[in-house]
Amino acid sequence: MNTELFAYLVIACTKIVLVFGVVQLMIISMIWLERKIMAHMQVRLGPMRVGPHGLLQPIADGIKLLFKEDIIPAKASKFLFIVAPAMAVIPSMLTFAVIPFGNKVQIFGYSVDLVITDINIGFLYIFGVSSLGIYGIVMAGWASNNKYSLLGGIRSAAQMISYELTLGLALIGVVMLTESLSLVDVVNAQAKLWNIILQPVGFFIYFTSAIAEVNRCPFDLPEAESELVAGYHTEYSSMKFAMFFMAEYANMITVSAIAVTFFLGGWHGPFLPPVVWFMLKLSGCLFFFIWIRSTFPRLRYDQLMHFGWKFLLPLSLLNILITGLVMVVKG
Amino acid sequence: MSEYLFYIVAAITVTTAVYLIFEKNPVFGALYLIQTMVSLAVLYILLEAQFVAAVQIIVYAGAIMVLFLFVIMLLNLDIKEEARNALPFQRIPAILMGIALFTVICIVIRSKLLQGKQDQYTTAYVQSIGNTKLIGNLLFTDYLLPFEITSILLFVAAIGAIMLAKRKL
Repeated sequence: MNTELFAYLVIACTKIVLVFGVVQLMIISMIWLERKIMAHMQVRLGPMRVGPHGLLQPIADGIKLLFKEDIIPAKASKFLFIVAPAMAVIPSMLTFAVIPFGNKVQIFGYSVDLVITDINIGFLYIFGVSSLGIYGIVMAGWASNNKYSLLGGIRSAAQMISYELTLGLALIGVVMLTESLSLVDVVNAQAKLWNIILQPVGFFIYFTSAIAEVNRCPFDLPEAESELVAGYHTEYSSMKFAMFFMAEYANMITVSAIAVTFFLGGWHGPFLPPVVWFMLKLSGCLFFFIWIRSTFPRLRYDQLMHFGWKFLLPLSLLNILITGLVMVVKG
Repeated sequence: MSEYLFYIVAAITVTTAVYLIFEKNPVFGALYLIQTMVSLAVLYILLEAQFVAAVQIIVYAGAIMVLFLFVIMLLNLDIKEEARNALPFQRIPAILMGIALFTVICIVIRSKLLQGKQDQYTTAYVQSIGNTKLIGNLLFTDYLLPFEITSILLFVAAIGAIMLAKRKL
């Protein structure tokens, strides 16, 4: 094996392991942060017992979930019931392959791009992968052989199809400005001016649909406790339940990373190193998710659908039209 | 390297397609179809057609199959043995029609009709511009009329579907 190929393999594997590890760590810390931040916003203390300020709570929760009994319902479709949580987690992790998290760095004389792979259809890749994420939830709902699970699964399928549309259309304005589908180009084009200033409406549409896409409050209809017990994961216990939990947080981190890449200038920023800037912006977006959750009440199902199809979709089409017009006028 | 990959992926595609036909449970059938779609997308990537691969996953594996599953689950179809032989005389005509369709497809693929633009569009040339950009340019210049006609056709179909589904507008 020649040295160049070997170096390439080592660098690629290191980047994959690194990104995967960081995302896992972020999921664990997000669970703690969400409980703490929500608690303080609601004038409570949140977890306090395990470790200083409940810092070890996620680890305690993880160990507890590992030792819980793993229940498979009697009439469930066993194979799909077991596979569904994995099908929910994997697509959310795959998206990170194209997200650039830093500038080029020199390591041992090799110039390394801080992105796992820069493909010229990065934008389409994101939507291809994220559209596969629905199957985990839908399969979980069907395989449990429980009407609440099935209703939750079907609801989430309808919701994700509706909001995926606006999610994609919101980003098309940015793609038009950049004239490239590669995420590295999108970030490089924002060196001077962030896209949020050029595309404020696009950012608003993107973030709203992103919240709906990851089934977060106020759009968490698929798991509305008062109507559906717990939605698609009603029958799940032990580590399988934990995997759905992980999938939700991983999806949240993914859509935030896309928001940072497309609208908030990626890793660009003064003084601090690029990777730090990327993480700072990412944390800001994630904080926003938690903030929204502790602020808004849940919508009704028909309100959700009306909002998506009759308000967000026309608005995003209008946004594309105006972006195109301005680009033609400015030449 | 990519030849081996082709054989592996092609084997998966054909196997899942066969399973799809012989599967009795419609939900599992739909899942096999999704796998077939995804492996087809991998084949497109091996043929350097990244744009087609991405669209294959977004449109077929992502959107259309979700709707399929949606309907199947909502109806919660039971597997009834007698329903499988509802048309007892269909087997021989079906085989004949299948052979006929296969021959027609073979003839069309071999004909000049589907050759398209070849000479100037070598793999290296396509790679230098980028798949998506090239297809976009061609769609809005040389193939504008067929493209617009297709879009009107789809629009009419969408309106028709809404009219059929919702009698009282």
